[in-house]
Amino acid sequence: MPKITFIEHDGTKHEVEADIGSTVMEAALKNDIGGIVAECGGGCTCATCLVHVDDAWSEIVGPPSSEEDQMLDAAFELKPTSRLSCQIKVTESLDGLIVHTPSYQGR
Amino acid sequence: MSETIKTDVVIIGAGPCGLFAVFELGLLDIKAHLIDILDKVGGQCAELYPEKPIYDIPGIPMVTGHGLTEALMEQIKPFHPNFHLGEMVLKVEKLADASFRVTTDRDKTFECKCVVIAAGGGSFQPKRPPIAGIEPYEAKSVHYAVRKMEAFRGKNLLVVGGGDSALDWTLNLQPIAKRLTLVHRRDEFRGAPDSVNKMRALVASGDMDLKIGQVTALEGDNGQLVAATVKGKDTSDRIECDAMLPFFGLTMKLGPVAEWGIKMEDELIPVDTAAFETNIPGIFAIGDINTYPGKLKLILSGFHEGALMSQKIYHYVYPDKRLVFQYTTSSTNLQKKLGVA
Repeated sequence: MPKITFIEHDGTKHEVEADIGSTVMEAALKNDIGGIVAECGGGCTCATCLVHVDDAWSEIVGPPSSEEDQMLDAAFELKPTSRLSCQIKVTESLDGLIVHTPSYQGR
Repeated sequence: MSETIKTDVVIIGAGPCGLFAVFELGLLDIKAHLIDILDKVGGQCAELYPEKPIYDIPGIPMVTGHGLTEALMEQIKPFHPNFHLGEMVLKVEKLADASFRVTTDRDKTFECKCVVIAAGGGSFQPKRPPIAGIEPYEAKSVHYAVRKMEAFRGKNLLVVGGGDSALDWTLNLQPIAKRLTLVHRRDEFRGAPDSVNKMRALVASGDMDLKIGQVTALEGDNGQLVAATVKGKDTSDRIECDAMLPFFGLTMKLGPVAEWGIKMEDELIPVDTAAFETNIPGIFAIGDINTYPGKLKLILSGFHEGALMSQKIYHYVYPDKRLVFQYTTSSTNLQKKLGVA
């Protein structure tokens, strides 16, 4: 199973296993990772599951879709590599993925 | 001078559970007024997933959030519910005769026998944008909603956002503002194409400004804005403004519910499972807002809770009558109320 590392804003690291086909948000919720709110439950309508993809992984993860980009307008603090974690599907190629969770998701 | 509306039940929240409660109450001749902070009915279904399919409404293999809201509105039509939208309940007080007074932020007062809290995840309130030091300006020169347009006449305005709210207010306020600048982080807008076109035309004719970027800093004194810094990819502008209207979407906040003396557990309201009544007799809580052993945050659960709750509310509203349980399939009485007999 691919492994994802979540780094919280205060540096706390969590390494978790994620099911292929699930989303990075689901992996975060399953493992109680701090910093992910996911108010709409993964429907791409609330922008509270924001993560900043580590620079080393940004190209592999790729850019947001146009639907996601529209929702990013409402995200609390955008960085160039920010993505909504409910829109990142877990695949083998993401094994070892590192994402940073923000201190505040706007609620 | 606030108007007082007298009714049997005030339902706080017009999402699916609040809406279906109208049906169950209506079958028992109980009248309801619903209050919701959104300017539309449907709650989370309408605001968070109107176009998304729901697969677990009993008897309906698939229905969208919007579809379910429409179907519920159709179902409760025979009972003529009264809606107060774009309004938030501020206070719920118990009166001497055990009835309740409910006050809203639009100065409306209701007097009722029972209150139903169907507040879901909380009231949808504007999201605060990620701008450091914005708090002192809120309600003074940073506004998340426009109550009186006249307040903005002759002012330099900064509108932030890319959706219908930002575009609608840009178009409404541009004619009366001294100068209006719209700021959005991308040059693509989510709003209705017609609104986008009108905005672009105003920019082209020089009647308003459009800046692509994000507000990174605010300047001002004592809550009064003087200017804002907008940073683009390679640009940085200082824009003079007297007021800023940021439209960053909505988020669910518990709000005043926590202040009415109702026992809460982690932002949820504990209830009994016979009638879903809170610790205050006459106040009930249904849907996502309540909690009890085994509670599931499902729409179907909220429907069930509304049905049971209505049986108890009957005794508050008609203390001297006997409640005879009837089925809609066989009762002429119920069918007459539904307009189908």
